[in-house]
Order: sequence, then C-alpha cells, then structure tokens
Amino acid sequence: MATPKALQQPFSLRFASASFLAFWCLIAAFPIFWIAVMSFKSPVDAFSANPLDVIFGPTTRAGGDGLSILDIAIGLAVLIAAVRLAFTRLPKWVDRLSPQGMTVIGWLVGAGAYAIGFLVVFFGILPAVLGVLNSVAGPLGAPVLGLTAEHYYSVWIENGFWRNFQNSLIVTAGVVTISLTVGTLAGYGLARSGSNLAFWILIIALIFRALPHSVLVAGYLPVFINSAEILRPILGDNAPTLYGQPLAVIAVLVAINQPFTIWMLRSFFQNIPNELDEAARVDGCTHFQAFRWVIMPVMWPGVITTGLFSFLLAYNDLLVTSLLLDAQNQTMVPAIAGYFNRETTTTDQVEAVAAAVSITAPLFLLVMIFQRQIVSGLTAGAVKG
Amino acid sequence: MKFRTLAWFVGPSVFMMVLFIAFPLASVFLQSFQITQPVVETVEVETCTPGFVGQTCVTETKTTPVLDEFGNPQTTTEWVGLLSYARVLQLDQVGAAIASGTWSSILAIDFWKALRFTLTFTLVTLPLVIGLGLAIALAVNNAARSIRGQIIFVSLLPFIITPVIGALSIRWLFYGDGIVTALLEDMLATDISVAANGWAIELLMMFYRVWHVAPFAFVIFYAGLQTVNQDTLESAIIDGASRFERLRYVVVPHLMPLIIFVALIHLMDAYRAFEEVVGFSSQAHRITLQWLTYDLLEPDDAGNRAISRASASAMLTMIGIVILLIPLLRRTWRDHKGSAH
Repeated sequence: MATPKALQQPFSLRFASASFLAFWCLIAAFPIFWIAVMSFKSPVDAFSANPLDVIFGPTTRAGGDGLSILDIAIGLAVLIAAVRLAFTRLPKWVDRLSPQGMTVIGWLVGAGAYAIGFLVVFFGILPAVLGVLNSVAGPLGAPVLGLTAEHYYSVWIENGFWRNFQNSLIVTAGVVTISLTVGTLAGYGLARSGSNLAFWILIIALIFRALPHSVLVAGYLPVFINSAEILRPILGDNAPTLYGQPLAVIAVLVAINQPFTIWMLRSFFQNIPNELDEAARVDGCTHFQAFRWVIMPVMWPGVITTGLFSFLLAYNDLLVTSLLLDAQNQTMVPAIAGYFNRETTTTDQVEAVAAAVSITAPLFLLVMIFQRQIVSGLTAGAVKG
Repeated sequence: MKFRTLAWFVGPSVFMMVLFIAFPLASVFLQSFQITQPVVETVEVETCTPGFVGQTCVTETKTTPVLDEFGNPQTTTEWVGLLSYARVLQLDQVGAAIASGTWSSILAIDFWKALRFTLTFTLVTLPLVIGLGLAIALAVNNAARSIRGQIIFVSLLPFIITPVIGALSIRWLFYGDGIVTALLEDMLATDISVAANGWAIELLMMFYRVWHVAPFAFVIFYAGLQTVNQDTLESAIIDGASRFERLRYVVVPHLMPLIIFVALIHLMDAYRAFEEVVGFSSQAHRITLQWLTYDLLEPDDAGNRAISRASASAMLTMIGIVILLIPLLRRTWRDHKGSAH
C-alpha cells in the first residue's frame, strides 16, 4: 500500500517521532531493567554511583562469581532457542497430546512440564557443561561480568519468601476462580437483560468501583477481628476468627473485584450475537443450558482476558492484604513492604531488590504470553463503555 | 429475560457485593459516629511489704480494664455524634490558623496535608497522563508495523508492574546515591538529597504515577486512532489543513470520548493514591487521603486501632469520590435513556 504523497511525512517529523518513541521505551523499561541488574550484584556494586560498575560488577567478579564471554554467548543461545521452542513447538505438542475438550488442562500441564524442563537444563545441566568448557577456553572462559544469585538464595530459602509466594498463589488462584465463576453468570445475565434492574445493578457497581479500598477495610476490620464472638451464637464454639484467614481475604478481594469483572464480561457478552442464544432456546435449551453449552464455548477469549485482570488485582494488592492478613499468612507484596522498612545494611537492601524482582518476574512472563489479551481487555471497556 | 432467571444469574454476584461492599460501607458510616472503648474501672490496690515493726503498706488507685467471663476486655460503644469528624478535621486549629493568618500551619494537620497533596497530585498528573499517552499513541501509529508489537510490550511493563514495586524501582534510582542522583550531582556539581526534600519526593511520586498510567492511556488512544475516518482526514488535506490542524480538528475530536474516559478513570484512581506513599516512604513529608485512613487502621504502639477516626476520614474521602462520579453517572444515565428509545 503506497502512501499518498500528501500524507508522506517530512524526514524531521519521522525522526522526531522515532526518537521520542525510543526515549519513551528507555524510560518505560529502564527502572525495571535496572532493579533486575542490581539484584544480581554484591551490595558494593549494586549501590555504586558508577553505572558501569553496577553493570559489570567488579567487586562481585572479584568475589569469584561471574560469567565469561562463552557463558553469555551459550546462555543467550539456549534462552532464545527455549523461547522459540515455546512459541512454535509447544502449542503443537499440547494440541496433539491433550484429549478432546481438555485443552486448558493440557496447557497447564504442558506449560508446567516445559518450565520444569527449562529450569533443569538452564540451571542444572548448563552450568556443569560451561564449567568444563570455561576451563579449556582460555581468555574466552575468563569471567567478565559479575553475577551472583546469593541474594535470591537468602530471600527465598533463608528468609522464607517461598512461604509468601505460596500464600500469594493461594490467594490469587482463589480470587481468579471465584470471581470468574460468579462474574460470568452475572455478566451474561446483565448483557442479555435490558431491564431497569440490570441497569441499576450496573450503575451501583460503577459507584462501588470508585470506592477507596481503605473505606471498605475500615468496615471489615472490627467485624473480622471480633468475628469469633459475633458468630458464636450461630456456629457454636468453633466459630472462626476471620482476621488473618486467606479465605476471608479471597472473599473480600472477589467482592472488590466484582464491579470491574461484571462490567468487562458484560461488554464481551454483548459482542456475542443474541441470535446464538435464541437458536439454542428454540432447540429447547433453558437459559442456563444455552449459557453453559452454547455461549461459554465462544466466550473463552473474554473470560481469559477478564481472568488476567482479576489476577493482576489480587496479585498486586497491598492495602487489603497488609491490613487483613497476619504475619504468617502474608502474601508477597505486603511482605516486601516489611522488607524495605527494616532495611539497614546494604545487604538487606539488595535482598529487598531481589524480592522485588522475584515479584515482577511472573508479571513479565504474563505480558509476554498474554499481550494481545491485555490490550483487548483494556480497549473492550473503553471503546464500548 | 424474566426476572427470576435474571435473579439466578446475578444473585451470587449481587450477594457478594452487598455483603462485602454495601454492608461494610453502611457500617463504616455508623462507626464514624461511634467510639468503641474498653471499659475501665479505678481500683484501690493496697500493696504491703514486710517491715521491721509492722508492714509498710502503700495504697494506690489504678485503672484496669474490666474483663468479661472469657477474660477479654469489655468494651462499650457510645454515640459521639461528629466528634470523630472534628478530631480528623481539627476545625478549631484551622480557625485559629486563619485568624492569625498563618496558612502554612493548616497544612501541619494530617487531614489538610493529605487533602492538599492528593488534590495537587491528581490534578497535575491528569494532563500529563493524557498528553503523554496521546503522544506515544501517535508516535506508535507512525512507527513501522513490524516493531509495534515490541513497543507495545515494553510500554505495557510499567502498567502491569505491581504499583509498590514500580514505585520502589524508581525510588532506588534516586534515593541515597542512586545512579540518577549521582549523575545529576555530577552535572550540577552540588549535593542532592532527594529523600530529605518534600518537593523532590512529590515530583518523584507524580513522575511515578505518570509512568505507571500513561501506558493505559496510550493503549486506549492507540485503539481509537485505528478507527479515525480516513475520508475526513483526506478532505481536511484537500481543504489545506496543516498537520497540526488535522490533529487538532479531526483526530482529537474523534478521540474525545476516550479522552474523557481515561480522564475519569485516572481521576478516580489518582484520588485513591496509596502505594506511592508506601513505596517512596514519604509519610514524613507527603501523605494521601487513603494512606491517612490506612495509617489510622494500623495498630499503633499500644496495639489499638483508631477505628472511629479512620471511619470518619474514610467518609470524608468518599465526598471527593462522589463529586468525581457525578458527571460519569449523568453521562451513563443519558446513554441508557438514549438506548431505551
């Protein structure tokens, strides 16, 4: 498609636009890239005022942890090959091996197996092979880039961050599952009903979306702390104290998430033509059967997109989880808030950086895999709402 | 769809929202007029120590909490009217400050400090977010098709990152001798201490918010740019409109509904700002309204949570949200009426 002459842009404009874009990409990625680099260095290097020292890490290298040119080259090659394999071969394997109608489970198993395989190759086999190669490669095998994983080791193993990770996993999995189940039902009902009641539910949901979460938490706290006494007349002596319970937090986050979920799912359901329901109804389905067997199979893209945003809300939440969970059930994000409050030595600070990078890594993967769904989710609310 | 069917579909969701949103909201409203305190009684305690001739006895009065049959402190709840609001607003001090003409002492009161910062923060970041989002959308629309995917990927990162972590990642570039501060110090040959300077922190918090939200604005504007009517653009060219005029009179009016949408979402979210305060540890210099409520809810040194004051501050925060929501609700109502006819 040739651009008409009048629409062609002068060189200066194209140059300005391209350099602005490059500048934005730099600003967008730099802070995240930089904490990732810092987390692998010894404290002296990580907080060095000279950026080159932070990148090459002379002190870390002097400490005996480093990568040679050979390491970097082979490591990058394996990484690129792994990513390519994940995007080209993995879908085919999953399609071939997973039984009919179980594609979602097939994907979960496939992705899990792939991740484990990758970890074994990249962190198990590769270092051993490279160790041998480095010793025979001469100058190519000498370390040039300081790199140490000791902060990750102390954060995850010694400080028990894996326990916070586990809690995050429980909370996010619970929130995504429940809010999607409840939300798809409501979204479908609201999309197919033109009644005033449906309209008012949507309006009230919109108001609820705008509420500051601290307002709601101020309502939960006294009830949750005293719930054992409040519930005793009903449940008897084994009435639970809701404060500190992951289940209670899941319920709260699901509810906070509902307004957004039903708005988004409703706009996805509205895209599915009404004739599809009507055809199913003519064939003798009830509303619920039409929903389950006719509409849901074509709704998966919308459900996945909404699920992603539910995941983000639950995963990123700080306010609700830090106020309603006690120390032993803490999820990752409030746990890190405790981290940098007590940071005293530079080692503590680098460990906080490593924890921050650990929290970011799953999100990074998420954008990589689901970029299209995230974009479509963002625009679905805006263009039609 | 019949009412019964609708009720079955919507029921679970409405139940969750009533139980966990509407009900807490009502209870916060009531709590803000009440104060719950432990019941205390004064007891005279006589402590005696054996002495040489007789015992030495000391009698003192102590206040101790009254315990119920389970051994927990008993509490009473009293209606105190607007007392909690008065404690949050501290109007007498405000009055005194106005009378003596020292405006700055109003900003020493937590609530007014938080209100001042939250409003400045919200209103300053709004045009920046929309401007930057629009600029990125136009530039990406201008870029080669083959690299757009990668640019969108990089742009989404600040949006998707956990807000506290995003704030922290910028904090680590500036606080102490972060590399950006070191660079600035080299260039300006002065000593800069970001963490000790309220205005520097305020700027950083705004920078973070724009960095975090601009990608959202960008994605929405970019989607809108794909549907700009090419015929209108061509006729504008034939009529001799310059590049800027085309942007001003064709593209921006086309994007107007989206700009309003982004503005409303941003106003709502920036007004609720909270993570910035935690991420930048700015509580000594700058606090937001939501952080104020959070801080009152956190147990203090004695382990007490100021629930009634938190409720009052939460209700005061709500007033702002209601004002923000009115235009949005009016628009939705108009759309609903329009679609019904």
